[in-house]
Amino acid sequence: MAGNIEPKLVLPVGSRDHVQGSATASVTLVEYGDFECPYCGAAYIIIKKIQELMDDELRFVFRHFPLTQTHPHAEAAAEASEAAGVQGKFWEMHDLLYENQGTLDSWHLAQFAHELGLNTRRFVRELEEGSHRARVREDFLSGVKSGVNGTPTFFINSVRYDGSWDIEPLFAALKNAARREGSTLKSFGSAA
Amino acid sequence: MSTQTVDRPNTNPTSALVAGTTAPNFTLPEAPDRRIALESLRGQPVILAFYPADWSPVCGDQMALYNEVLPEFKRFRAELLGVSVDGPWCHRAFRHYRNLHFPLLADFEPKGDVAKKYGVYRNGEGVTERALFVIDGAGRITWSYVSPIDVNPGADGILTALENLPGRESANGR
Repeated sequence: MAGNIEPKLVLPVGSRDHVQGSATASVTLVEYGDFECPYCGAAYIIIKKIQELMDDELRFVFRHFPLTQTHPHAEAAAEASEAAGVQGKFWEMHDLLYENQGTLDSWHLAQFAHELGLNTRRFVRELEEGSHRARVREDFLSGVKSGVNGTPTFFINSVRYDGSWDIEPLFAALKNAARREGSTLKSFGSAA
Repeated sequence: MSTQTVDRPNTNPTSALVAGTTAPNFTLPEAPDRRIALESLRGQPVILAFYPADWSPVCGDQMALYNEVLPEFKRFRAELLGVSVDGPWCHRAFRHYRNLHFPLLADFEPKGDVAKKYGVYRNGEGVTERALFVIDGAGRITWSYVSPIDVNPGADGILTALENLPGRESANGR
């Protein structure tokens, strides 16, 4: 039954990861996501709201899980976020991609890079050369081995979260995890 | 994820074949004009992924996931075969729609015959369990897993089972 009971992250959060929030946060939420997946697009809004509610108590990590056979632009979009990342704008690109899920073709990706003030020539060259393909694949495989079974898949403090990711249940699960970790810093508000 | 089958009691609990059992042979259509025999794949690992039905959302996610993981399965020279009780024309449309790059076998006539041999047929509902088998090059089951029917089991268990296969198929499987 290896791996199928309470799946856990096999690749711990580390320096290779894209992280938002405090390293001392009591809860770490890891998302395996696909920029062209409409469910991930819906989850993006929910995560933003929860980040506002939990502030320093939540650390958020994004890893790539592009379903390339289902979403033709997902791989390029994932690599685009990494190309922006090496120029210090991973999260800005992450947000732009999710806010423009209908236009993820190469022309628009270059346009987003321009909007973010990136070195566009370098950005485009890295996409053409596949400079970040290995990194995206590494994320993907770490997800497969951790029991990711679709997008988005979330891990709360390294354990796969199989509940609904509507704002109320996800927020409740994160609050519970924070309490288990002995968080007394704040009493969180309601997501409603 | 669908929850509609969660509380439904399975009146015919299945007993899936376990590791160490010889995998029952079968020949099933993978297209209206093409059949695949399990025996023809001897010498390489085979992954059998039984799933309840084409088109239902969880199955779609599961097959879409395996489609993405296919290059990893190929690293082990493993052949992935999806199996359900849907007919070959239905499989053809589903494969085309999902852009799936592996065969879907039709356990259609006699209905569920192969699933029954592997102990993963749900009599009350007339579909197969969501069940996984890894079979080694000698035709022996080395790992099996039955998932709750509405839960996509992911690919981690399969990869672990493939990693645990002996590096080379030797005489010990005879």
